[in-house]
Amino acid sequence: MTSTVSFLTTKPHIIVIGNGMVGHHFVEQMIAQGGHDAFHISVFGEEPYLAYDRVHLSEYFTGKGAADLAMTDGSLYDTHGVRYFTGCLVIKIDRGAKQVMLQNGESLAYDKLVLATGSYPFVPPIPGHKRDNTFVYRTLDDLDAIRTCAKQVTRGTVVGGGLLGLEAANALKNLGLETSVVEFAPRLMPVQLDEKGGAVLKEMIEGLGVKVYTDTATKDIVDGESAFHRMNFADGSHLETDLILFSAGIRPQDALAHQSGLTVGERGGISVNNHCQTSDDDIYAIGECALWNNRIFGLVAPGYAMAKSAAGHLLTDFLGLAGVTFTGADMSTKLKLLGCDVGSVGDAHAQSQGCKVFVYQDEISQSYRKMVVSEDGKKLLGAVLVGDNSYYDTLLQYYLNAIDLPEQAQALILPAMEGAPVGLGVDALPATASICSCHNVSKQDISDAVCNGALSVGDVKGVTKAATGCGGCAALLKKVVDNALLALGVEVSTDLCEHFAYTRQDLYNLVKIGEIKTFNELLKTHGKGHGCEICKPAVGSILASVWNDYVLKKEHISLQDTNDRFLANMQKDGTYSIVPRIPGGEITPDRLIVLGQVAKEYGLYTKVTGGQRIDLFGATLSQLPEIWEKLIAAGFETGQAYGKSLRTVKSCVGSTWCRYGVNDSMKMAIELENRYKGLRSPHKIKFAVSGCTRECAEAQSKDIGVIATEGGWNLYVCGNGGMKPRHGDLFAKDLDDETLVKYIDRVLMFYTKTADRLQRTSVWMDGLEGGLDYLKEVVIDDKLGLCAELEARMQHVVDTFQCEWKTTLQDPEALKTFRQFVNYEGSDSNVVFVEERNQMRPATESEKQQLIAKVG
Amino acid sequence: MTTPWTLICKQEDLVEGAGVAAMVSGEQVAIFYVPESEQKVFAISNWDPIGKANVLSRGLVAHLQEQWVVASPLYKQHFVLASGQCLEEDIKIPHWQAKLEGSDVFIAAHL
Repeated sequence: MTSTVSFLTTKPHIIVIGNGMVGHHFVEQMIAQGGHDAFHISVFGEEPYLAYDRVHLSEYFTGKGAADLAMTDGSLYDTHGVRYFTGCLVIKIDRGAKQVMLQNGESLAYDKLVLATGSYPFVPPIPGHKRDNTFVYRTLDDLDAIRTCAKQVTRGTVVGGGLLGLEAANALKNLGLETSVVEFAPRLMPVQLDEKGGAVLKEMIEGLGVKVYTDTATKDIVDGESAFHRMNFADGSHLETDLILFSAGIRPQDALAHQSGLTVGERGGISVNNHCQTSDDDIYAIGECALWNNRIFGLVAPGYAMAKSAAGHLLTDFLGLAGVTFTGADMSTKLKLLGCDVGSVGDAHAQSQGCKVFVYQDEISQSYRKMVVSEDGKKLLGAVLVGDNSYYDTLLQYYLNAIDLPEQAQALILPAMEGAPVGLGVDALPATASICSCHNVSKQDISDAVCNGALSVGDVKGVTKAATGCGGCAALLKKVVDNALLALGVEVSTDLCEHFAYTRQDLYNLVKIGEIKTFNELLKTHGKGHGCEICKPAVGSILASVWNDYVLKKEHISLQDTNDRFLANMQKDGTYSIVPRIPGGEITPDRLIVLGQVAKEYGLYTKVTGGQRIDLFGATLSQLPEIWEKLIAAGFETGQAYGKSLRTVKSCVGSTWCRYGVNDSMKMAIELENRYKGLRSPHKIKFAVSGCTRECAEAQSKDIGVIATEGGWNLYVCGNGGMKPRHGDLFAKDLDDETLVKYIDRVLMFYTKTADRLQRTSVWMDGLEGGLDYLKEVVIDDKLGLCAELEARMQHVVDTFQCEWKTTLQDPEALKTFRQFVNYEGSDSNVVFVEERNQMRPATESEKQQLIAKVG
Repeated sequence: MTTPWTLICKQEDLVEGAGVAAMVSGEQVAIFYVPESEQKVFAISNWDPIGKANVLSRGLVAHLQEQWVVASPLYKQHFVLASGQCLEEDIKIPHWQAKLEGSDVFIAAHL
């Protein structure tokens, strides 16, 4: 920074002190309304970073870096001429001279000043609170210090059992510490929860292995015997711990207001009016440092609302209209703390005059819910939820919009029973209903955005910012958007993308009937534009399903997603994993040794997959052909783990070895895997074959499941494990081998022909009109007269199978694309491995930095 | 002022409708060959700032809202080939001027 920090033009100058979330939001609001044209704006932040997402601070411990949490990389400021200074503390305001003074002694004149200095953590003045290994939880630097300390110790304690304290406890637990929470009040989260709710939460948290002390005052902190500290409690007991984290509430950072003589509250906080002006008209205060109506608002949403009203007021003349005023904010909140749902709405403590209460408690599944209603039972005044927040959205809408409660209002907190009224439909919400409280977006705002052409959730998010704060309203937002689209009469589009106004099924038929062999041909005849990452792989897959060409042919190569293009699975660091086919999971010792030798030679991380094969991780692009050369020489084939195609046929050992086996599941599994291994389908397909009803191969959780019976094979279809498990439906019983294969041919081809892109069989079945019975009619009774064609198509795929890696190794043009760089023989220096449990794994960001630091 | 061009590779080293990686003065550059476009070749950084890996050359090329973009193979964010601008996030990655002259591919200094 230079010492001449004046502007040449005469635009008035706004200085924003503080670059936290609220300070940043203020600048965003100014820019959004053109305020950067009316004012010069300068921003000063004390921390070395630009504004970052403090709400999700804990994610810093679960893999996110400072850049992930950053609200901006500075480009927003640069583009709009906002000057910013990080690591730059303002120490004094001279209101008479209208100047601020920086720590380095420089002064800067302002016309308007915005204080967004936030808060600081309150550390109770317990003797010993300044000992080593004591921390607070507010900034990235705090978290770095905690992480460093946690690496060397085993026990951690959080002082404070409020919202932030529990968040911090979760972080300590994630850092691997034996964690305790000490709370002065008789219950956890005393502000948000009532006694019973606090007790349920305590029980749940203790169930997760965190020790909770409530109603406990710490007398002093001294040297421990078995740990670094000993905390002596007022009741004479004590706790030994290595690390102490104070999270006993926040205090407004109002030092500059005190220094410059602005009016501050008795217990701190810079007094502001409805425009967020302080006692000096030219100075505003927003966020956690501001005291409005004798209240401090320690959540981000009210801070954003203040930022908006301050920006609106400053721009009143410029825009020629008055902005919104700040008139308080709702402090309802929902959170997941240590994995436990906690929600609090409005008057959680039932303090309103004459109010009545409904309570539901379930000690078995550990949940507690309370509704506070008005004396006449018509309005919801508050609520407490512990254990299950799925009730929150509906309750909040009743509360915020003062909607009349339905008869039998208690149903709103009762578990869903058959026939009970479901949650409030979005139809019932008034237009003023607040959907996103972080950015104060109403139902009306969303409808307006949709009317103005934002026809998807993504677009609406972009226009309104809804669901981009804490994200808690995302599900509700989707419902409101869908509802608005419906109201507009917009048919929710089933077009594949902007290039093809067809569904995947339509395109499949067009390709087949028109004998279309390339993407460009299809685009020219039935599409428009140049294609995208949605339609290219989808059409690539259809072409492969129908014609079964080599996927790396010149005209197909640019259609393939990276995994298909390089015939391997890209991992997070850009290296690949390799999965050779091991049909049915049966492998000879010799082949197993080859896998071991190859893995060893290339230093690949080796893991057995859930599909009974072996995955070799960490191969670079240029190593792939070499490795495959060796695998193919040993008799392996590609496993197509990279493709939307058949993955594996999992199997138990079957009747050859197992005393319970009633049929040779191993043989059947190998035959099926070899039959369908070349099929390209809308999504991946998994099979399993069990040799008896004990079902060791878990066939009922697969797309195609086969279980041996005394009378042959039972066929199950459209099961799924994964994200949304679904049991397979029993499709046919006691089939002989031939009929089994025939039915599977038909089911798979019918799926490949009619499913949407990236639609698993389970979802396809759920959406299939007529469901299982219809599928039986098509496949068994040949209702559509399709069976012969389906079988012939499958036979074509079977007959034209090729190992893509074998083909690739014989094709010098294709091999060329596996070079790491076109003009350089070296490797990617960002691929760095470290050793863990005797194998290699990618280094984390911080490990990389350390390694680089050592080298540098 | 004339732009100092660096010869990177031959046209035959490129993949039609897709990208390849090149090393230019210690920086990894993703070079895309899009025959349908006016410029034919584009060069942006190979570094995906969201996925944090050198992978953009291995993404799918798409044409969205009148712009040529690449979708990151890791988390699918789009980067405009002509400017490095990310369509989903407020991020812009380095890009270079690039040209195809005869069968030679050149790029210039940072834009």
